[in-house]
Amino acid sequence: MKKKFNSFFKSKETDNKKISKLSEPLIVRMIIITTSVFFILIFIFVPLLLVFVKAFAKGWEAYINSITEPETFSAIKLTLLTAVIAVPCNMIFGIIASWLIAKFNFHGKSLLTSLIDLPFAVSPVISGLVFVLLFGRNGWFGGWLFNNDIKIIFAVPGIVLATIFVTFPFVARELIPIMQSNGNEEEQAAIVLGAGPLKIFFSITLPNIKWALIYGVIICNARAMGEFGAVSVVSGHIRGETNTIPLQAEILYNEYQMNAAFAVASLLTFLAVITLAIKKFAEIKIRSEIKQSSIITIGENI
Amino acid sequence: MSIEVSNLSKQFNGFRAVKEVSFKIETGELVALLGPSGSGKSTLLRMIAGLELPDTGLIKLTGRETTNVSPKDRGIGFVFQHYALFKHMNVFENIAFGLKIRKIPKKEIKLRVEELLNLIQLTGLEKRYPFQLSGGQRQRVAVARALAPRPEVLLLDEPFGALDAKVREELRKWILLLHEQTQITTLFVTHDQHEALEIAHQIFVMNEGIIEQSGIPIEIFDKPATQFVAEFVGENNFIESEVTGHGIVRWGPLSFKVNGYPLNQKVKIYFRPNDVLVNSRSDIESTKAIISKTKFKGALIELQLLIEPGKRIIAHIPKGVFISSGYSEGSDIYFRITEYHSFLSNKKVIDESIISI
Repeated sequence: MKKKFNSFFKSKETDNKKISKLSEPLIVRMIIITTSVFFILIFIFVPLLLVFVKAFAKGWEAYINSITEPETFSAIKLTLLTAVIAVPCNMIFGIIASWLIAKFNFHGKSLLTSLIDLPFAVSPVISGLVFVLLFGRNGWFGGWLFNNDIKIIFAVPGIVLATIFVTFPFVARELIPIMQSNGNEEEQAAIVLGAGPLKIFFSITLPNIKWALIYGVIICNARAMGEFGAVSVVSGHIRGETNTIPLQAEILYNEYQMNAAFAVASLLTFLAVITLAIKKFAEIKIRSEIKQSSIITIGENI
Repeated sequence: MSIEVSNLSKQFNGFRAVKEVSFKIETGELVALLGPSGSGKSTLLRMIAGLELPDTGLIKLTGRETTNVSPKDRGIGFVFQHYALFKHMNVFENIAFGLKIRKIPKKEIKLRVEELLNLIQLTGLEKRYPFQLSGGQRQRVAVARALAPRPEVLLLDEPFGALDAKVREELRKWILLLHEQTQITTLFVTHDQHEALEIAHQIFVMNEGIIEQSGIPIEIFDKPATQFVAEFVGENNFIESEVTGHGIVRWGPLSFKVNGYPLNQKVKIYFRPNDVLVNSRSDIESTKAIISKTKFKGALIELQLLIEPGKRIIAHIPKGVFISSGYSEGSDIYFRITEYHSFLSNKKVIDESIISI
């Protein structure tokens, strides 16, 4: 009887028999799947959808108007400017740091590795405060900066600095593992064949980390554009001057301009969706890169 | 181009990987650096290539001192164990890499790559990427890439280490053929004695950072200069006993004549399983034993001979002989040892006379 029941059960499976034997009972799987789908719907998808629904509640025209409103438009420009400076800085730093960590042994290597993670561990608000303490009116360099008429805090340079600090680990963290798994035999082969350091970097090292780099940069960019805490501390919220998109969204929200706030928010949400798409694509490419390199090191038949 | 190395040493964090090694390789030779892992053979090769800098000592290529010359100016080609092919470049681009860097005209590059593809028997696969090739094909591309800029010395680091037995066999033949065609001075590192014995004109056996013995393969195999070489190259029976009167070492019913040892000195004696001659009938020089175990080893059969309780040796006989003689486990057998070597614990050879017992 039991046997019959089992075989009936199995025949319903689309997987082959071995897998169905090894996996959880159907009822357990159904409960798990339903719960996770439900959670994703309620906590991820519905809020995302709501942002767009609310943003477009008063139609296209209102949407365009709220985005092109001068203060908001200046916030968009500032956010783009910040990202354009911060992301390349962190990209260059990330490449250099991960190259050092993955390919060389030196004193203080583990310290450097932990320091890279520091911005992840510190609350963004604290990160912002650090810059106020350094460059603010009463900070370490405050007097000198004031005397030379250089404004960092409550100005664009402070926002850029805080953003660089907060988004500092993203590129390096993506690159370190892939560089470590690549090793440096290819680079050594290139050295023996006569390539100089720049040639080696651009024709050997960089192509091998291409997708991991893109992945890191895109995540770094998303965070740079979306950073709130640290930027909020150093910006001073000067309308039309030192507000970024997230800060502008908060101001509009606090002033009960719901549709405008959500229109601004939708920009960041849209950025998130694009980021995810590129990220997914890069992930697939990275996986095939790793697969290729592991096949090459294992080797098999002729 | 000749390779000359004198008093070369290298340390890694206090570990002495290579200890004052000196040797000379003449132009056109094919030499194997044979040793277990950690013996310093790869480090030595990498120093010759310029991928590691020696702490002390000199490297001369064609008489020119190159100890601190950059790898690209040494006129060498280097092949890595794991191929180190450029993953994102196809076969053509991989082979052409060293030529492009030398700013050679495109037409010439194309001709040279085609010539090399022909040499490695991979014509038609120039558009393939490394991951689309088999291990053996990859290693051949790696060799072609190293040869492309016409180096005067080819250095190979465990070139067949990552391949399976069958492919290794084929590549060994191929590398011999390649050497015949190119006549390039070649030094390769291996831990595989069969590879070294089969391919090399000359073998340097390395252990713990020094060269224990150098010589032609048959010398290395038949006349091991040190205890390490005797143990590392080929299979061996190994017994340890004391010298009794008249320079005789006794071990059960066996006695070995050795010269130059003091009385009661502990001596190690090595003899190869194929130097144990077996016969089903007794004669004046033979010793009796019982076959306690037989092991199939392909073309050879390994016999474990029990001489007396606790005293066993191993003999190899061809499979055909084994079948026609009708030996089986438990049967009586007579043997004599045709060649053996004795060593002191200080590893240096004292006596290698061939005597019968």
